[in-house]
Formats: sequence, structure tokens, C-alpha cells
Amino acid sequence: MNLAFRDMRHKLGRFVVTWLGLSLLLGVVVTMAGIYRGMIADALALPVSIDADLWVVQGGTNGPFAEISRMPGATREMIARIHGIVMAGAVTFQPVQIDHAGRRLKLEVVGFEPGRPGGPVNLTAGRGITRSHYELIADRKTGFAVGDRLELGRDVYTVVGLTQGSVTASADPVVYMTLQDAQDLQFDLSPPEARRETARGAERADTDIVNAVVARISPNIPVEAVAADVRRWKHLSVLSEAEQEAILTSVVIEHARHQLGLFMGVLTVVSAVIIALIIYTLTMDKLREIATLKLIGASDRTIIGLIVQQALLMGVVGFAVGTALVWSAKDRFPRRVVLESTDLGILFGVVVVVCLLATALAVRVAVRVDPARALAG
Amino acid sequence: MQGPTFMNALIELRDISKHFGEGETRVDALREVTLSVGAGEVVGLLGPSGSGKSTLLNVIGCIVEPNKGSMNLDGEVVYANQWLRRDLRRLRLEKIGFIFQFHNLLPFLDSTDNVALVLHLAGYPKADARRRAMDLIEYLQVGHRRHAMPAHLSGGEAQRVAIARALANRPRIILADEPTAALDSERAGIVMDLLRKLAAEQQAAIIAVTHDEKIIGRFDRIFRLRDGRLES
Repeated sequence: MNLAFRDMRHKLGRFVVTWLGLSLLLGVVVTMAGIYRGMIADALALPVSIDADLWVVQGGTNGPFAEISRMPGATREMIARIHGIVMAGAVTFQPVQIDHAGRRLKLEVVGFEPGRPGGPVNLTAGRGITRSHYELIADRKTGFAVGDRLELGRDVYTVVGLTQGSVTASADPVVYMTLQDAQDLQFDLSPPEARRETARGAERADTDIVNAVVARISPNIPVEAVAADVRRWKHLSVLSEAEQEAILTSVVIEHARHQLGLFMGVLTVVSAVIIALIIYTLTMDKLREIATLKLIGASDRTIIGLIVQQALLMGVVGFAVGTALVWSAKDRFPRRVVLESTDLGILFGVVVVVCLLATALAVRVAVRVDPARALAG
Repeated sequence: MQGPTFMNALIELRDISKHFGEGETRVDALREVTLSVGAGEVVGLLGPSGSGKSTLLNVIGCIVEPNKGSMNLDGEVVYANQWLRRDLRRLRLEKIGFIFQFHNLLPFLDSTDNVALVLHLAGYPKADARRRAMDLIEYLQVGHRRHAMPAHLSGGEAQRVAIARALANRPRIILADEPTAALDSERAGIVMDLLRKLAAEQQAAIIAVTHDEKIIGRFDRIFRLRDGRLES
């Protein structure tokens, strides 16, 4: 005879309301974990979509995502000639903000050389860039459709293809255009500024600047050997794919990770306090029943079991419902929410431990109940 | 330790004393109480408020430890200036049935499960426990309410279910605290008749604390307590 279950069934309305509240609270904890995983996935999305074995960046920097990296465009030719490199491409990265179709959009513009590494690997609609200018490929998250036209800088671009999953660490969608267009967008002066510079006799600045050169290595050559060759040039730094990912996950989203960790910790403590208060209140409401149970011969183990089972059932059901709620709503969140079974397993373990700890006060009260209380009027 | 020798009694108390507090705040709840109740006997415990009735019931129920004296329950020396049995919970479960003034049925169990719970705690198989619980409920004429929750039982019905619970484990000793206080005269009479019948059939010793004048005539003997002393 399971006393915990019978008591919960008897006070079902009260438990349902408690479950609902707890589900929402634990759902927020699950969401935090999901947002954290989503941030990692977003941070890695761009380098993963570029699919490079090596990232060559400005010497002494961890660019181009963690800090600024600027190199001459000719670096690509230099890198491409190194033994073991199958293909190299120059890329630029530039955040822009535009107003389009009545909404403000923050985009990451990636300039790449079509036919070389740096562009989107998979297209979900449309075609790749075939013209030298004024075409772009957009991530679906932008909301653009093939054929849409948008104004960037002083030019109008046509969306010719769509890709998916290309976002920055801050979840801004990516648009790809030719390297030449991206450099113009980034460095070209407006006509009045250009006229003024010409009037004062300044030479036209070189705009063939890139942020990184990405390279694919022959499968027969160790990546580290090629990286060592690149490192001989002191004005360049080189990062493997794994190093780039490590920088993105550890450095770029470090603060966000701490913030989310803090929120999760606080919410877990709040959950523990709420479960403890609920269990304590339920136990205080049952003191006479507990006294009666003791008087008729129930052991402390039976009574502790009643309390602990209720706490566990509350936590487990709250966690399950909370997770189900987040699962069903995760695609509507403004940020990507990625629920991983390992994270859910760890959180479940934490919830179970928290529930057990939360019963401590109630168990202490219950085992001290005097059976004589049942005889009191 | 060798306890005092008692003959032909289920409840034997000798020189039992109990006080609460010390010094100026000391209250002597029981003073050298000696009594015995035999098998099949139904005795009443009377006395004004504060006379020590509840303390005496708690001592016999192994809930409160006396300060001195000897106590023998169902042939077993339980107390002789100290508890001689460590597992008083098991003793209560096996030998003592309790009937309360306000029935104290667990509100989250139906009538049958309230009775079966005692058997479940004693380790009976589930099916056997439910069968005996239902038999008892039928015996106490509340079979038609066997699936009712306590909140839906009348006072008389609830008290009969509570009596069924007290009898479930076939205890030799039944302690009743104001068993008829919440009932009208007719139902009080029915409950007392029932207790007398049970005492006779099961050869149990029943002690009932009461203030209820309308049932005083239904006891085999009356013990009166005043200021912690037994008067007769």
C-alpha cells in the first residue's frame, strides 16, 4: 500500500497546482541548459558551415571571431602554395544592420571567393553565387526568400540562394556574398568622402583586406605539419579547426556561460527551497496522521518513505512536465534551444538530489512527532 | 531482568508513577497506580480533567515511559523501572489496538484500506490483509461503506471503521480514548455493546477513558482517578 501515492491522489488538486508551478520553474532551468547548448551550437555553426581544416589569421591574434584579424588579400595566394594545402580561400566577416520589409535585421556578412573554401557548404534553395557582384546567399533565419532584393551599403543585392544553420555566436543570421562585394561594403568610401580625399591629394587606400584565410588540407598530410609551415611566417597565426572551436566555446561565450550557470544555480536553489517548503507544509498538515501512523505501529521508515516519495514524485513529475513543455516550445524561443540527453540526465540527477535534500526539514519534524499527539483532542 | 509476577491478567500495573517537570514545575500525573484488567473485561477509566487518565492510557499504550513501577502486558514484562523492550512500536502493532475520540482515520485511505493498513504494517500479504479488513468491516456492519473515504462517513460509521482498525491485528489489549464522546446516546450504546461483544469473543482486555455518563453502566468495572491516584 503506497501511502504517498494515496495521499497525493486524495489531494490531487493541490498537487496538480504544485506540479504546474514546479514544472514551469524546472522548465526554466532546462531552458537555461538548452540555451547554453544552443549558444555553443550557434557559435560553432559558422566555422562548421565553412568546414576548414586550418584558419590562418593575423599574427598574435585569435581571430577572426574572438578578436579583429586583418591581413592583405594576397595572403591567400601565399597560403595556397604551401605543400599539403588542397584549397585556400580568403574570407571577411562584417556585422551589418539593415531595415528590410518594415523590420530591423542584424546580419553577419561573410565575404568569400566562390569556388573556394569559406562559402556555405549546403544550399537548401536557389543556387550558388555565379556573378561577381550583387548576389548573395542568406540563411533561412533572415526570413528572406530567393529573389528578394535588399539594400546593403550603396548597392542592391539579390538573394539567389538559401542556406540553413549559418548563424553567429550571438545568433545573428549570416549572408554570404563575393569577397569583392564584401570588401567594397566594408571599405569603400561614399562618393563625397572619396572626392574630399582626392581633393586633399590622399592616395586611394588598398581595400584588398581579408580577415582570415581558410584552407583545406590533403587527407594524406598531417594538419599540424602544415600549421607548422605556416607558423614560420611571424606575421601570421594559425588555428586548427579544433582550436578555433575551442576558442569559440571557451572565450567567445564565456560570459554568457557564467551568466547562464549562475541563473541555473539560483533557479535550482529556488526550486529546492520551494520543494522544501511545499514538503514541509504538507508534512505539517499531516502531523496528526503521522502521529496516528506511529501509534498504530508504523515505523519511522514508513513515514520517511511517505515524505521522500512525495518529494521525489513532485520533483520527477515537475521535471518531466517542465522538459516536455520546453521541448514542445523550443522552436518558438528567440534563441536556439538545444536539449541534449546528457544535460537532461545531469539535471534529472540534480533534481532528485535536491528533492532528497529538501525533505530533510520535513523528515526531521515527522520523526519527532509524538504518537501521543494522536490521542490529544 | 526478572519482573514482578502477575497472574491471569492481560494488563497489570504495579506502583506506576509518572511526573512531568522538576522542582516547582513538577506535576505528578500518576502516583503509584496499581491495577489489573483480565481477558474479556471491559473497564472504564473515569476522572476529572487533569486527573491523569490520558497519561495512564499513554503509559499502558507504551507511548509515555513511567518514572517507576512495573507493567506487564499480555504476559510480558514491558516495564520494570525501565523499558525492557526496545521495540515498543512492534509491541503496539502486535498487542495493542487504539480507538480514538475522533476516529483518526487516515483521510487519504478508504474504509477498507484504513483497516488493512495495520495488517500491511504487520507484514500480511496484500490479499490477506484486504480480506480480513473487509471481514471486519462487514462484522462491524459498515460493509456498505467499505469503499467510502472517511470524510464521507457519518460519526458512527467512522467510529466503527476505527474499531475495525483497532481489531485488525487481533490485539489482546484495546485502549479507547473517549470512544463515544462524538456519538449520540443510541450510537454510543451500539459502540459499547460492540466493545463488550469483542472483549468476550476475542478474550481481549479493554480500557476505555470516558466522561460519558450514559455509558458508565456498561463497564464491568470502573477505575476512578483523582490527582493521579486510583480511588477504587
